Formats: sequence, structure tokens, C-alpha cells
Amino acid sequence: MSNVDLEAFEDVPGTTLFNAQRSRQGYHLNMFCMSLMKAENREAFKKDERAYLAKFPMTGEQREAILKRDWNKMLQLGGNIYYTSKLGATDGLSFQALAALMTGSTPEGYAKMMLDGGRSPNGNRSKSEWKTRG
Amino acid sequence: MAKLIAGLTTSHVPAIGAALDNGKSNEPYWKRVFDGYLPSKKWLAETKPDVAILVYNDHASAFSLEVIPTFAIGCAEEFPPADEGWGPRKVPVVKGHPDLAWHIAQSCILDEFDMTIVNKMEVDHGLTVPLSLLCGQPKEWPFPVIPLCVNVIQYPPPTGHRCYMLGKAIRKAVESFDRDLKVVIFGTGGMSHQLQGPRAGLINSDFDKRFLDKFGPHPEELIKIPHLEYVREAGSEGIEMVMWLIMRGALDDDVREVYRFYTVPASNTAVGHIILENKR
Repeated sequence: MSNVDLEAFEDVPGTTLFNAQRSRQGYHLNMFCMSLMKAENREAFKKDERAYLAKFPMTGEQREAILKRDWNKMLQLGGNIYYTSKLGATDGLSFQALAALMTGSTPEGYAKMMLDGGRSPNGNRSKSEWKTRG
Repeated sequence: MAKLIAGLTTSHVPAIGAALDNGKSNEPYWKRVFDGYLPSKKWLAETKPDVAILVYNDHASAFSLEVIPTFAIGCAEEFPPADEGWGPRKVPVVKGHPDLAWHIAQSCILDEFDMTIVNKMEVDHGLTVPLSLLCGQPKEWPFPVIPLCVNVIQYPPPTGHRCYMLGKAIRKAVESFDRDLKVVIFGTGGMSHQLQGPRAGLINSDFDKRFLDKFGPHPEELIKIPHLEYVREAGSEGIEMVMWLIMRGALDDDVREVYRFYTVPASNTAVGHIILENKR
């Protein structure tokens, strides 16, 4: 039996594990984000997002998720948070601002949750707990 | 001979660096964090290490998906701060210690830890924020730093046990280096946090405090924690705590806890920090 058992990780709710499959799927999406580490590339991207994205062989779905800034969708399509956060930085968004967007909260609401001690692991360990939550 | 005398661990939250760089360290939210490190700054200034080995993870700055080394050791003369999308942090260039770094690389490889040798590397907040927390804002960092970069982004990262054993190999390497140097080791990252997806913001103070309690006296229990437990209990980025175990492995079994600090939150993260010294 293989010692690579990734299935169990899929039970953790609201979380996408950056495994081999997602890394392969998201390679070009993530490498696009990586390119935004250079100031001149950030400028070129801001000037014409679609034209800049055309340089990276992504799927149409990945391109749309980037243009719409659908942060959770990017993760589902193979994006990794440390890469997508570079797109966030290009938009002037901090990690906390991004987290607020991904959790469907407001920046104030999210900041308050963190000040109150963060999201509890209770009720957030397994997808089965999210189902019963409704 | 060189001697590994102490280790410390700390979170490396990027917002802490931003708060310091943008003059916000006296705001109550950030002052709470920086004040927690005041005794540690004093301890480090008095300890005066000749070299620090700093274990951290690169956050898609020096390494992209093109090359993903599990353990990489920086052997260069110096390491400039990386542009992480906001422009590089305005902190001093990190000076390396190529002689000791190469010695550690060679010794670890012959001890069957297949290190990646890196001769050109920019360093991101994972390395510079711990230096800022412990050294403030000097013109030059007070000691050379050997970056030891661990993959914790692409699954699977190394196991906690492997990290701990690497720490032991590093200890052996340091103490076979024929020069009188006082060496400290930093393990960075953690504690509980999740930056991604609808579950972002997860904090598990019970997990973190147990981890801190066992870190000095019972690391053999911590090295058994599987990846899944970190992700489920401490958030997807809580996995960074395996890097603390490299630091722990590099110290004696029997250690003295000098100081500990824990606070929630800094941005999305539970900040944890501990200093351990070898007794002899």
C-alpha cells in the first residue's frame, strides 16, 4: 500500500491541501502570480489584465477566476495562497484582507473574530460538522 | 570548536514586519506583540552569538514551483531581502557564513540528509521578521545568518521526525567545525493559523499551549504528530511547526527554558515564542 494517503485531508472543511494534483493543475496560475513579484510586471498587469494573462497558458476558468478576483475559486483550481497573495499584494490587499474575502466576512468582522481569539477548531475539524451546521 | 548553545523559536508573521517598517510598533495592537519580545532581545544581546542558523520557509519568493527543495541551506556571502509584491522590506542585507554553511551542508549530506546547496537566494519575511523581532531595526544585523529553508507549502512537507533528526545532524555538524564560534539556532513559523479558504482564521490555543509545554521536556511526543493533525487542529499553515522541531533536535535532550511568550492574534496568526538553552 502507498504511504501517500491524501484522501483524509479532503475531510478538513474549507481547506484545499496543495497536493501534487493541485500543484500540476495550478502551475501556470501560480507562476503568473509569481511574475507579480517584479514591479514592472505588476505595472504591465494593471495596464491590461487580459493581455498580460494571455502570456500564461491557463484554462479559461482560471483566467476568469483571476479577473473576477474569486480567491476561493483560484485555490480550487490549483492556486496556492502564497502565490495568490502576490496578486492580492498587487491589488493592495494584505493577508488579513484576503482572509476576510475568502471567509465571506467583512474586514471589520474578520478582524474582530481574530481579536476575539480566532476561529475555534470546534465544529471546524471535519466536513461532516459543516454539513450538520447547514 | 564551534558550540551550539541555545535555540529559540518564533512565529514569522509578515504583518509584524510591515507594522515595524511602517512605524506602527507603538500602536496597542502591535505593542502587545513587540513587548513580548523585549526580554528576548535582551537575552540575545547578552548571549552575543557569532552565527545564527535560521530555519524558516520560503513563501514563494526565492523558490517557485519550478524547483521545490525539501531542505535547502544558504551558503552565499549574503542574502538580499525579497520583493514579496510590496517592494523589498527596507532591512539590512543578511550576511551569511559560507564557511560554516558549507561545512554543515557537507556534514549533513554525509549523514544522509540530502541538503540542497543554495549559492544565490533572496530571503523573505520568513527569515527577516524573526530577525526584526529579536534584533529591532539596526543598520546591520548583529551576526551572520545561515538560512535553512524548509518546504512546508507543497505536500508532503518533511515529517516532524525527519525535521528533528535533521536538527541532530546539524548539531553534530556545528560541533565538528574547527573554529571557536557560539552558534544559536532559530526555528520559525507557526503557531496555529490558516490563511486560506473559508476556514481561514483558525486558531487553536489549546493545541499551541500543549505544544509549548511539551517542546522543552518531551519533544519525542511532538515528533509523532502527523501532518493531518497539524492541518485539522492547528490550521493549514500550522504545519510550519515542524520547523520548530529542527531547532529542538539541535539542542540537548535536557534543556533549560529561559523564556516563553504567546499571544493571539497577530493578523491571522497565533504568535508563539520560546527560548531554550543547553544546560552544560
